[in-house]
Amino acid sequence: MAHTAELWLGALLTLMIFSFLYKDNPFYKFAEHLFVGVSAAYWMVIGIWTTLMPNLVARIWPSAVRGIVNMPEDARPQYHFIIPAVFGILMLTRLVERVSWLSRWAMAFVIGYAAGTNFTRYLQSDFVGQIYNTMLPLIVKTNGGIAIGAIISSVVLLVGVICALIYFFFSKEHTGAFGAASRLGIWFLMVTFGAAFGYTVMARISLLTGRMQYLGEWLATIF
Amino acid sequence: MAKGKRDVIDVLKAIDRRIIFLLIALAVIIPLIFHLVFSIRTSPIVQAIFDKIEALPPGSKVILSFDYGPSTVPENQPMAEAIARHALQKDLKLYLVAVWATGPPQAEALITNVINADFPNKVYGCDWIHLGYKAGNQGLINAILLDLKAMYTTDIHGTPINSFEMMKDVHNLTDMSLIVCIGSGFPGVREWVQFAGDPGDIPVAAGVTAVEAPLLYPYYPRQLLGLLGGLQGAAEYEAALVTQYPQYQGKANCAQAVQLMGPQTVAHLVIIAFVIIGNIAFFGERRKQARSKKS
Repeated sequence: MAHTAELWLGALLTLMIFSFLYKDNPFYKFAEHLFVGVSAAYWMVIGIWTTLMPNLVARIWPSAVRGIVNMPEDARPQYHFIIPAVFGILMLTRLVERVSWLSRWAMAFVIGYAAGTNFTRYLQSDFVGQIYNTMLPLIVKTNGGIAIGAIISSVVLLVGVICALIYFFFSKEHTGAFGAASRLGIWFLMVTFGAAFGYTVMARISLLTGRMQYLGEWLATIF
Repeated sequence: MAKGKRDVIDVLKAIDRRIIFLLIALAVIIPLIFHLVFSIRTSPIVQAIFDKIEALPPGSKVILSFDYGPSTVPENQPMAEAIARHALQKDLKLYLVAVWATGPPQAEALITNVINADFPNKVYGCDWIHLGYKAGNQGLINAILLDLKAMYTTDIHGTPINSFEMMKDVHNLTDMSLIVCIGSGFPGVREWVQFAGDPGDIPVAAGVTAVEAPLLYPYYPRQLLGLLGGLQGAAEYEAALVTQYPQYQGKANCAQAVQLMGPQTVAHLVIIAFVIIGNIAFFGERRKQARSKKS
């Protein structure tokens, strides 16, 4: 019974959203507003029960949430967690103009932590790692011969990276051989955007197919 | 004749977008009704993940991260289920985690569809475990790279982590033989590569939505050992699994993505047709304008 009700609710809301494809209407507006409201409430509840309670309240005052939040049975108060609690409260001072400057301290801490943590990782994986990934052998040998496919792939990668970088190099006028490489870079970028667009189409059709399957399941319960 | 040609271009230019929506809907619905299925060939980027799991010795530890929500289930869920089925078939130990708050319900669906349905003899805590969601995004991954049990003190049900057999020899992520991230955004595959795979030298495999796939190809093959890109990637993995393990042939829950690739293919053909029609209309219009300028 509960599953059927869930199925009907989901199907009707799906149809309300799809009705926008014909034209804007009150059913679509209702479903849209419901979605926004439910999402906001959902994320607030998730935030309280998966972050605030286990990561803050359960650390400072475990006995208050024992049996409600997952934590070790022998959990003891960890009073140093009062420091992030204070920072969290400082963030809320933005709501009071007279003391809103205090929120900058909390913000500075968050930005400083994120920048420090991410910097080395991005440098290793996205900068050095990507340069390393581009350095592929241009002559690839296999058992008793050369791998033509791998060679073409390496050459396309190398030429594509260099030409795309040249396109974004604005300290020299794009004329002559430099301009030709830049124009080739545009072509590589366009092919990339085209592939990304194709993938996006595939993603959207996959989601549409998923919804259609759901509607099919709903119709099967009726007929 | 010229007048007729002009009329065709005008008609093409004036096609109501609702007609296109209707045709796309039909392109999806009709193959779904008639169960249109095309043969799928596994590409090297997908085969690499399959081969890696195939080569792992029984008992190896695989972490499967659910970094997506209900909005991308049609793409991500078949990937997660195919990989979990393969890992359990190979007697690997499966650790289910989530860095997305919406991940655990997807893991629960996998438990129902794969573990309870096809592997009822697998024991919770010995063969597989659900550690649930933890807040912290990449900070969480960074932390469990050094000390997993500091963050996961219990499983998703609140049972102390050290009471499970399969957690006794796990200290951090470097104890894992493979990380598989099924993701659809931030935090996701990129963060697993940056904060676990690269610094910990742990193999990372991924399955992502088609929208995200082009952004992750540059990590393949050195930082990502393989990538399932969208529904096509999931279908390719399912095809590889059925080829290697024929007992899954004909089972509906082992070919979810393969079944959805029928409507996908027809819808793509319709879209390609409209792209061609759009181009004909565009160039026809340009030619018409050039002629009218001359005259």
